[in-house]
Amino acid sequence: MSKRKVKETHMTVGECISQVQTILRQRFCHQRLPEKPMGIESQHKHLLELLRRTAVHGESNSVLIVGPRGSGKTMLLKCVLRDLLEVKDVNKNVLQVHLNGLLQTDDRIALKEITRQLNLENVVGDKVFGSFAENLAFLLEALKKGDRSSSRPVLFILDEFDLFAHHKNQTLLYNLLDVSQSAQAPVAVIGLTCRLDVLELLEKRVKSRFSHRQIHLLSSLSFRQYLDNVILQLSLPPDFADAKFFEEWNDSIKRLCKDKSVVDVLEKHYNSSKDFRSLHLLLMLVLSQVSVCKPSIKPTDLLEASRVCVADSKANILHGLSVLELCLIIAMKHLSDIYEGEPFNFQMVHNEFKKFLQRKSQSIYNFDKPVVMKAFEHLQQLELIKSVDGSTGKIHKEYQLMKLMLDHNQIMEALQKYPQCPTDVKQWALSAFG
Amino acid sequence: MAGQLLQPGYEENKLQRVSKLLPCRDVQSSMLLALMGEPEQYSYPSIFIYGHRATGKSHVIHTLLKELDIPYATVTCVECVSLGLLFEQVLFSLFGPDSATLLSRSPSLSDFVRVYKQLCVQNPAKQTKYIVLDRAELLRDMDANLLPAFLRLQELVEDNVTVILLSEIVWDKFRPNTGCFEPLLLHFPDYSKDELQQILSEDSHPSYSTELYSAFINILLGVFYSVCRDLRELRHLAALNFAKFVEPLESGKVNESETHKLWRNIEPHLKKAMQTVYLREVSSVQWEQQMEKEAGAVRGLSAHGHVELPYYSKFLLIAAYLASYNPARTDRRFFLKHHGKIKKTNFLKKHEKTSNHLLGPKPFALDRLLAIFYSVVDSRVAPSASVFSQISSLVTLQLLSQVGHNDQLDAPKYKCAVSLDFILAISRTVSFDIVKYLYDFL
Repeated sequence: MSKRKVKETHMTVGECISQVQTILRQRFCHQRLPEKPMGIESQHKHLLELLRRTAVHGESNSVLIVGPRGSGKTMLLKCVLRDLLEVKDVNKNVLQVHLNGLLQTDDRIALKEITRQLNLENVVGDKVFGSFAENLAFLLEALKKGDRSSSRPVLFILDEFDLFAHHKNQTLLYNLLDVSQSAQAPVAVIGLTCRLDVLELLEKRVKSRFSHRQIHLLSSLSFRQYLDNVILQLSLPPDFADAKFFEEWNDSIKRLCKDKSVVDVLEKHYNSSKDFRSLHLLLMLVLSQVSVCKPSIKPTDLLEASRVCVADSKANILHGLSVLELCLIIAMKHLSDIYEGEPFNFQMVHNEFKKFLQRKSQSIYNFDKPVVMKAFEHLQQLELIKSVDGSTGKIHKEYQLMKLMLDHNQIMEALQKYPQCPTDVKQWALSAFG
Repeated sequence: MAGQLLQPGYEENKLQRVSKLLPCRDVQSSMLLALMGEPEQYSYPSIFIYGHRATGKSHVIHTLLKELDIPYATVTCVECVSLGLLFEQVLFSLFGPDSATLLSRSPSLSDFVRVYKQLCVQNPAKQTKYIVLDRAELLRDMDANLLPAFLRLQELVEDNVTVILLSEIVWDKFRPNTGCFEPLLLHFPDYSKDELQQILSEDSHPSYSTELYSAFINILLGVFYSVCRDLRELRHLAALNFAKFVEPLESGKVNESETHKLWRNIEPHLKKAMQTVYLREVSSVQWEQQMEKEAGAVRGLSAHGHVELPYYSKFLLIAAYLASYNPARTDRRFFLKHHGKIKKTNFLKKHEKTSNHLLGPKPFALDRLLAIFYSVVDSRVAPSASVFSQISSLVTLQLLSQVGHNDQLDAPKYKCAVSLDFILAISRTVSFDIVKYLYDFL
């Protein structure tokens, strides 16, 4: 990208589009940090102040950032860290340790990772430690003996904080919070989690060492703001190389967001989820349709993208079943209707299916039982039906009790869309009793 | 195949070749290409592709990545019995043969990410890398943190990488309890009948005209389409049955234009193939041999209820079947001479009225089995050890199954594990009319 930033102001459409793709894809796919976090200014200020106190004054602290998935916890933290590192004195002094609950699945691995990230592998060497606490204390001690007289502040960032609570005895959490509580070394423990009940997971001794400072990220975006955000996300930055294209693009985006159908689609998305991640998903699908022959976003693109986003995947899978499998599903539907959701077995389904065949004079679906069984097993493989009790051991598979994992409406809808659905099958599905 | 793939950043002749290799998947491949963007641009961190078996999921992905020279690693999760194997394969294909040695023995996810980052720093590449995980539903059975971590791998390793998951199962069944990074969902729809016809007609036999072959495919689809839409399975069936189809042509009885005669000739064979080959009761080699042997006589193989048993064992099995499928209270009615009149309707409790053949076999005690056995067998049998040993050999043959633990020596309970068709065949050999004794068929 930097190579292309030569001072020429006029580029071909192809180059412009390529630039647009690059810039916007970084936003949607790479979680590029925005200049200013939207809608969470107070949280940003709070966290920055907290971390500054650790970094500059050497105060220890612990804090939890809680918010649903995709609400911007990591984004907030990263913005704060970026701003923090801009402060003089902090830049060289502060150390960061990033841990992730998904990666560091037990405390031994976590400790190794801490050692590595603090560049203390050679200091530790082959030393053998009696306990976890001893090891951690040694690490922090080692930091103290650096070139500065006092110890350097360390920021511990624990992503997926709730997963650390499942470690044995919560040793890591206990020790980190203990250090932050007693004035051994200046550390800040920042946990990120999507679980609101995370404190309940902590043991009593761990909980008592936590400062109980929580930052909640519960999005309170109004639709107006949401719409502004869409415009902001899609617009090009003012330092775009081609001024003419820049204006055209941004104008087209503004026009797009005034379109009635577009607003409707966005409102639907807003009502189902407000987080940025699902918005990015939608916009990414829109963006992928932009090409040289179609250098702007049309309302139809957005409609199409939203259709892909909200498509019911089970209905899609139903669409691909064979007629026999569909018949079995209908038989199961009837069984669940009659017996009010009681589980069924293959024998019952087959019986129901046979009843359907008998009612017709000419039956083209006269299949052997093993063939029907194979279709039934295929449905089980697709997890459209599920056995009620997990043990498959002793019971004959024909009598294994099953549950239908589909909704009444899903079946009917799939039936409507089914290509060349035989009319008698359709009627059978619509009839109240099998 | 009219759709032309267009994407800047790739050579045009390569794109043309790709679109030739992917018949009937134009929409999907162009959608994927658009999502991938130019080689250096970021793509969405994780893409989840679902669709039925043999709808071209792996084929489209592999062809695209391979033909366009994109760096990628592809792993089939079935092969990965341990995490280490999975990580090794990914590193091997992305960074060359030396890279996998950096992993420790039995590596954790943390090790993998560390090594990955390290290798990224050593050989920086701007192109987007792709990791394709086939049969991704198996990831759920591995470590709980594996799937969420792969979904946000781009963030964890801080590299331009996209993970593509392929599965037959819908995404809803993957989502962990606390949620995770939501991937972009793409659906590969099944081929329509016309598309199947088009694809299957492509591999025609060299010594026959393409029209003949596509006529054959048409007949094949007519028989199998309502049961099976799996392209692979249909292709297998087509290959097996084509020889049979052209047999009258080779002997000179009919010429190519008489499609009706050809159809008459092949149809029973296809029906039979449905009962045997489709169910995998025989391997295709066996099927071919069998075809050679009995030219003409059509008999389904499914009648494998051919089990030779001793005379008393047959009766024991019949007795077990009766004990499993009749309520114990009805025994009096069937096996006592002067039971008086017992009507079916008001004799039983309500829950016993539903057919036992729908609910499956019920367990019964040994005493009851023997009592029924003595009354159905026509000669007098002494309760000798040989009778008891026949019961246990029936258990070994899995015709009966013992309920509960094996350590119940004094009052073991059994269930009958054979189907109605099987027991009808057995009772015919000893000329015993079992239907008269079954409560469900009164």
